[in-house]
Amino acid sequence: MSYQYNIGCSLNNLKGVREFIRTSLKGQGVSDLEMGAIVLALDEMCSNLMIHAHHCNPDHKISMNIHIAGHHQFVFEIVDDGSMFDINQYKEQELDSLVHEKRKGGLGIRLVKSIMDKVEYLHEDGKNICRLTKTI
Amino acid sequence: MVHIKRLQEDGTDIIAIIGEIDASSSIELDLAIAKSVGDGYRKILVDCHGLEYISSAGLGVFMSYIEELKDKKVYLVLFGLKERVLNTFSILGLADLLNIRETKSDAKKLADELSV
Repeated sequence: MSYQYNIGCSLNNLKGVREFIRTSLKGQGVSDLEMGAIVLALDEMCSNLMIHAHHCNPDHKISMNIHIAGHHQFVFEIVDDGSMFDINQYKEQELDSLVHEKRKGGLGIRLVKSIMDKVEYLHEDGKNICRLTKTI
Repeated sequence: MVHIKRLQEDGTDIIAIIGEIDASSSIELDLAIAKSVGDGYRKILVDCHGLEYISSAGLGVFMSYIEELKDKKVYLVLFGLKERVLNTFSILGLADLLNIRETKSDAKKLADELSV
């Protein structure tokens, strides 16, 4: 089973992204807590892309694909043609130092890495594909 | 989309969050806390009963105030968090750095004790 959703890069569209994920995973035996975590991780990835690669330009489009590969196996792909930012290359700061520096950012990538099993990047036909996998 | 209401009870400022806090709406939470601190409240309770969702942008707002509130001896306590919302705080260990209670009365009690 596969689902696709195309999104303009406005932060106001994040709510729609979350609804798309919840609707697509409904009836798949995902608990409320697991659903919350998956929705959160994908929201973080989309908002990062919208802000850093597309400067919140609503004319820029990204698309999200959800593949339900097997029982409780989910593959999420976020496809865009902006600049690629590989979160695996990003070294997170310790929570203590973020608090000390009164930072508001720096938590999103940490959340994604905690929640998802694997985050991979591919480049196909001039598009960036960020593939996140999760088995519950 | 989020609605944030502030009301005062016995010298305590109560900030009620209704809706979802993400990258598009976290600024409203930031402004509400800034106003409460700016108004000079030393006890701030954050009512999260109506908070349906919070992303890292919202968590980051709470995180960014930890040091300032400590310096100013302002005590902020969150209460009424839904399990999935509390889970978001817990994933990063942020739940241990903030004051979180289940009920309003427990939150009020903690703020009273801390501010003595």
